[in-house]
Amino acid sequence: MKKDKLFAEFFRNNGVVLGSILFFLVAFWIVFLILLPQISMLNYSLHPNPINLDAGEFADDYTLKNYKYLIFGPEGASDAFNKVDLMVFVRTIIAAMAVTVMNLFLCYPLAYFLGQSKGTGFVRLLVVMLIVPYWINEILRAFALRIIFGDVGVINGLMMQMGLIDQPYDFINADIALYAGLGYAYILLMLFPMYNVIESLDRNQIEAARDMGASWIRIHRRVVIPHAKPGIASGMTMVFMLSAGALAAPQVLGGTSSLWFTQLVYQWFNDTLNWQQGAAYAIVLLIASIAIVLTFMKIFKVNMGDIGK
Amino acid sequence: MSSGVDVNLENIWIKFGDFVAVREANVNINGGDFFSFLGPSGCGKTTILRAVSGFLNPSEGRVLIGGKDMAGLGPNKRPTALIFQNLALFPLMKVWENITFSMEVSGASAGERRKRADELLDMIALPGQGDKLPSELSGGQKQRVAIARALCAQPDVLLLDEPLSALDLKLRQHMRTELREIQQRVGITFIYITHDQGEALTMSDSVAVMRAGIIDQIGDGHAVYDTPATPFVASFVGENNVFRGKISAINGDEATIATNRSGELLSKITPAAVGKLNVGDDAMMFVRPEVLKMQEGDAKTTISAKVLNEEFEGNSYSIYLEGEGGKQIKMAMPNLGNDPHKAKGDMVSFSYDASNAVVMPAGDLASE
Ligand SMILES: Nc1ncnc2c1ncn2[C@@H]1O[C@H](COP(=O)(O)OP(=O)(O)O)[C@@H](O)[C@H]1O
Ligand SMILES: [Mg+2]
Repeated sequence: MKKDKLFAEFFRNNGVVLGSILFFLVAFWIVFLILLPQISMLNYSLHPNPINLDAGEFADDYTLKNYKYLIFGPEGASDAFNKVDLMVFVRTIIAAMAVTVMNLFLCYPLAYFLGQSKGTGFVRLLVVMLIVPYWINEILRAFALRIIFGDVGVINGLMMQMGLIDQPYDFINADIALYAGLGYAYILLMLFPMYNVIESLDRNQIEAARDMGASWIRIHRRVVIPHAKPGIASGMTMVFMLSAGALAAPQVLGGTSSLWFTQLVYQWFNDTLNWQQGAAYAIVLLIASIAIVLTFMKIFKVNMGDIGK
Repeated sequence: MSSGVDVNLENIWIKFGDFVAVREANVNINGGDFFSFLGPSGCGKTTILRAVSGFLNPSEGRVLIGGKDMAGLGPNKRPTALIFQNLALFPLMKVWENITFSMEVSGASAGERRKRADELLDMIALPGQGDKLPSELSGGQKQRVAIARALCAQPDVLLLDEPLSALDLKLRQHMRTELREIQQRVGITFIYITHDQGEALTMSDSVAVMRAGIIDQIGDGHAVYDTPATPFVASFVGENNVFRGKISAINGDEATIATNRSGELLSKITPAAVGKLNVGDDAMMFVRPEVLKMQEGDAKTTISAKVLNEEFEGNSYSIYLEGEGGKQIKMAMPNLGNDPHKAKGDMVSFSYDASNAVVMPAGDLASE
């Protein structure tokens, strides 16, 4: 359908008044909630701070200095690259991927079970029980995990009582608490899209495959997973994006020696009060995350349109 | 292709909790036959088929295929292939991959599979369509692909669960002929499920008529249509006029019924009820619309009624009559060009041949 026709159709279906209101709301959303914040971020990131007055620099000059800083570090530093920050960046991306994959493996069997049991009362109760913890604030949940994983927490207590260990294990510094926290924070965003697509899979297809002798592995590989692909992709996208951009869990649950990239961004904005530098870091994280998602979507042949389903 | 494998159901009971879905089913299906289960929706047809294919275990009784007890064997271990009510083609696989899925499972190479798919596509008259997706096919074409997919596994028994119900009337009639042809070509046993008596009668060597989990009658189309075993079969298969009453006399395989509203009528006793009817029993007599003749006969085979309405259908016409006490009767006649047209309200006398009527103990009728 041509674009102008699409518009005409939209207004005919919704009436002029409601149509205008909907149109205005969507436009407002796109402009004020998506475009403007990102553009102002981008704008910030392209301005110098600190301003090198000696070199004749002005505050409203455009420069790539902030990006250069992330890659090469401060000028005149001994290292050729900004090793520390780049390491944090790479580690964050890899860890976010790991969290995403971990969630995928945890959620797939659960989504399959929930999706194929056709909404009996018990299953609905189970889903509610999964949601209830998310009524609690994200930071509080992170602290709860910190307590559970702490030196005198439930887990160490149990393990010591069972005689598995005699010293409390430092889950925090081993980053185990961090991965658990990140995984837990966004697990429902993995579960629900998968649950939805698997629920829409016709049971007869599974039985047909079984009738023709297919093993469980083949049934999943050839029938269930291809059908669930859009849900898997949208779940993985959300979990990856949100994990890479998470702040609460790394702040609360991260070990002393390991920083999350968002913590660097936060430090630039909040501690150093260098918004320009922070914006550059944030933009790099955003673009890298989007690029990674798009690359994986290309590799696994997922269409953008399928994800919204 | 293997052929002619018998299927025997021995005293099958299937229960879901307290609910008995299938009760004491005993069915012997000859190898190479086209066998149908015919019954209204919800009577347990799919449940029986699932017990044959191995998707569920009967609570009691045995399923034998080719004389072998199938107990404990899953659907993948049985020489059966099931065609689902909604076909259950894999929407994301191409047609040729769908058709040869069973070969993929057994590890055949892509080349072999492609070759076999092309053979089967020729057989179902869809040559060169292997690279399409199921969604790009019409309803009848999908139907044929589902058949090819099931046949590709070289089953001894093909199980079909109302496979034509989603098609429009014309296509359905065409597919009946085609299915029957395919069955005769491959020569394997077909077990076919339907609620459409036309389908069952036209295609089957043998039909089992089911009612609420019970098999009322097994026989060929003629037996089921001409000599129904129960009032349910008489009223479910084809159209029938039913006369209720009490037996007033029995003479060999003929009985006289004192009907409630139409006087004494004479009828053949249906074979299943011979020896089981006694004078004074509640009985039901059935006379098909097409065996009624617009002429007076013997007193005990003649009924008088008022013409209510006449429907002309081209090759035939139906006359709706109202007898004594508001008794509704339908009569059907072929259009032979000598329509003895009756005006509404005319009183007419019509008769039938006692050998074309059947009487049996009273029982439940099929609800409309
Ligand atoms: N898994 C099941 N659990 C409980 N009841 C069932 C189950 N499967 C079928 N039934 C019941 O058994 C009866 C027969 O079902 P079905 O064999 O599907 O009928 P048909 O195929 O003749 O329309 C129905 O009343 C149905 O509700
Ligand atoms: Mg059914």
